Amino acid sequence: MSIEEAKPTHDQGDLWEVFLQEDGQPHVHAGSLRAPDAEMALQNARDVYARRGAVTGLWVVRTADIAATEPADRAALFDGPRTKAYRHAHFYPLPGGMKEP
Amino acid sequence: MSRELPAARATIVELLLRLADDRLVLGHRLSEWCGRAPLPEEDIAVANIALDCLGHASMLLEEAGRVEGQGRDADRLAFWREPYEFRNCLLVEQPNGDFAHTMVRQFLVDVHADLLYGGLEASSFPPLAAIAAKAHKEILYHGRHSGAWVLRLGDGTPESRARTQAAVDALWAYTDELFAVDEAAEAAAAAGVAPVPSRLRQEWRMRVEAHLREATLRVPEARPRVPFRGRAGRHTESLGHLLTVMQSVPRAHPGAAW
Repeated sequence: MSIEEAKPTHDQGDLWEVFLQEDGQPHVHAGSLRAPDAEMALQNARDVYARRGAVTGLWVVRTADIAATEPADRAALFDGPRTKAYRHAHFYPLPGGMKEP
Repeated sequence: MSRELPAARATIVELLLRLADDRLVLGHRLSEWCGRAPLPEEDIAVANIALDCLGHASMLLEEAGRVEGQGRDADRLAFWREPYEFRNCLLVEQPNGDFAHTMVRQFLVDVHADLLYGGLEASSFPPLAAIAAKAHKEILYHGRHSGAWVLRLGDGTPESRARTQAAVDALWAYTDELFAVDEAAEAAAAAGVAPVPSRLRQEWRMRVEAHLREATLRVPEARPRVPFRGRAGRHTESLGHLLTVMQSVPRAHPGAAW
């Protein structure tokens, strides 16, 4: 089969996850979009997520390339012992940006 | 009205209107895709580019009105001129066609605008140099977008290639006008206000042809010039339809502010 025959005719492209960076900050997940390739994904990301604001950088990654935990594994992976309160930073004011466990 | 202006000012007004009307009409054409583009992402992209173009038009029209000194602001110039008073080139008023057609039109314009606005940044008329510097950054992005689509559609499926080639063939004759030189263009160039349009031709052809080849598209043979001249106010029928839509709200509600 030639490459042309292999191309689907009504393909809306792959799903991509978009991460954007504001000046001096880490990249954070902004959302997802569809695009046929990385270059177009970056273009689209610029239009969909980065037209306003102080964005200084963009990452895109195919959603299919992200290895992720399953919601069903939540208990097994993340449920820590509830009895060891001393492990949690409860006893002094949290620095900015840090979340309660 | 501009007849009464001193020659230098009349030249600047004429030049600003040509630049502004290219952006205004192109921006309106792109806005016609709003809600209809092939992908939601593309809908947003095309609408953004349309807004950029309208923004450039607005700055240029405002400046044209200021230099003219007859009390016409950007809205007055955009919405209360007749088709024969518009100075845009015919390429930008061509109907959208399919998405390939729109992207080819955009690409042909974007390469030209990149060269033109690069030159205008060095304009001897400071307000224009300032507008050009701001617009040029956005135009570079427009060219990346349209250029990327021309590549993908040209070197895509047999159908996308056929449609893209048909667009190139249909629009090619209208590109000639981008480089046409008349008295006003010569006067503007002599005053250092804008580059001579014909000087941009070689670089434009080189870039466009290289890109079309990369997109596996055929570069059309040179064609006879189209028998209209948008710069002189002689337009195709489609500009009248476009302006009827574009001007309908302000004309239905004269004096309304928004």
